[in-house]
Amino acid sequence: MPRTNEEIAARIAEDIPTGAYINLGIGLPVLIGDALDPDKGVILHSENGVLGLGAAPAPGAEDPELINAAKGYVTVNRGAAFFDQCESFAMMRGGHLDVTVLGGLQVSASGDLANWSTGETHRPPAVGGAMDLAAGTKRVYVMMKHVTREGAPKIVGGCTYPLTGVGVVTRIYTDLATIDVTPAGLRLVDCAPGHGFEEIARKTDAPLLID
Amino acid sequence: MVLICEATSEALAGIGDGATIMVGGFGLAGVPFGLLDALLEGGARDLTIISNNAGQEENALALLFRERRVAKLVASYPRTSGSIWFETRWQAGEVALELVPQGTLAERIRAAAAGLGGFFTPTGYGTALAEGKETRMIDGRGYVLEDPLPADVALIRAEEADAWGNLRYRATARNFNPVMAMAGRLTIVEIRRILTEPIDPETVVTPGIFVDRLVVHDHR
Repeated sequence: MPRTNEEIAARIAEDIPTGAYINLGIGLPVLIGDALDPDKGVILHSENGVLGLGAAPAPGAEDPELINAAKGYVTVNRGAAFFDQCESFAMMRGGHLDVTVLGGLQVSASGDLANWSTGETHRPPAVGGAMDLAAGTKRVYVMMKHVTREGAPKIVGGCTYPLTGVGVVTRIYTDLATIDVTPAGLRLVDCAPGHGFEEIARKTDAPLLID
Repeated sequence: MVLICEATSEALAGIGDGATIMVGGFGLAGVPFGLLDALLEGGARDLTIISNNAGQEENALALLFRERRVAKLVASYPRTSGSIWFETRWQAGEVALELVPQGTLAERIRAAAAGLGGFFTPTGYGTALAEGKETRMIDGRGYVLEDPLPADVALIRAEEADAWGNLRYRATARNFNPVMAMAGRLTIVEIRRILTEPIDPETVVTPGIFVDRLVVHDHR
């Protein structure tokens, strides 16, 4: 069975080190927040200017001046900090965050990431902080489906969608597998139960290595 | 010296057609709603707006697009849910867009404020947003040269000010406000309250030297 989104999130949460400073991208990666072991003391960063994001507020306790990067209402934990955009992006671009988990449209065999645009021209483009997170974070994890709704591989030899960053991805987590981007190429780390190397290699449009 | 104004219209006096205006805020947090309403009423057109987002629904920045006052937007994420008026005007070719990664936007504003001629950043290297820009390899890594982004006017939202123009902010309403306050040639700040005593110097976020005009406006 392929992993559910919650199961992918739980798999990623296992790999987040104790005490890490992390940023979770908008979309699927937000699920990881719920999957983290509270005893690990992981501190969540939000690019609009928070370290120490907490749970969603109780109904009626929403504060319009306390939001996350997705513009949703949040709370902060003990020990949180607020700061301006220059400091926030210094944390991101300057390599101070340990891990970011981003959604992906495509990842290439050399770790290029495409996640901000499908190249559509009928709506205005928008990028936000995706390129800064990709360029600067120590470890860039991508959480996505292994193939598109039409069955096309999302892990490819070279991205066809506009790039977010070149050679930035460390590890890819999908509903079928976990794959590392290494200097030698893509290396299979693990598979979802009931799925094996041959199927995953067939659904990956780039050479796949296994130990 | 900071000028304390009685009304938002007074605070905006002198802003004319063709002005480049920075607007603080991220989503709806830290947006100077009172100053934006006064800018709309003041009638200035052909504006260049620098803002992370493009306003939402029928308020603040969105109304400037609806009323066709904006010629160009410089932004990182002009597509927030509900940003219909920017999208409508952009699709009709009535407003130009310069899309900038969010951290590069903040740092270009800071460069203008700090008197720098630009900076090299790894953000966007090798992507469509770096096309046509000068690049350089530094310690084996690719960087893109980005220009400073100055503005005639900065419209800022802060929580409180003292009579010296020192500012403090609240929670995530801080966002772009401190750096834009530094970068505006004329910085106009809307505050929730003005304090009778000076702010503790240890907790001032924006020193009064960056602030030209203050007006109290509580939209909460």
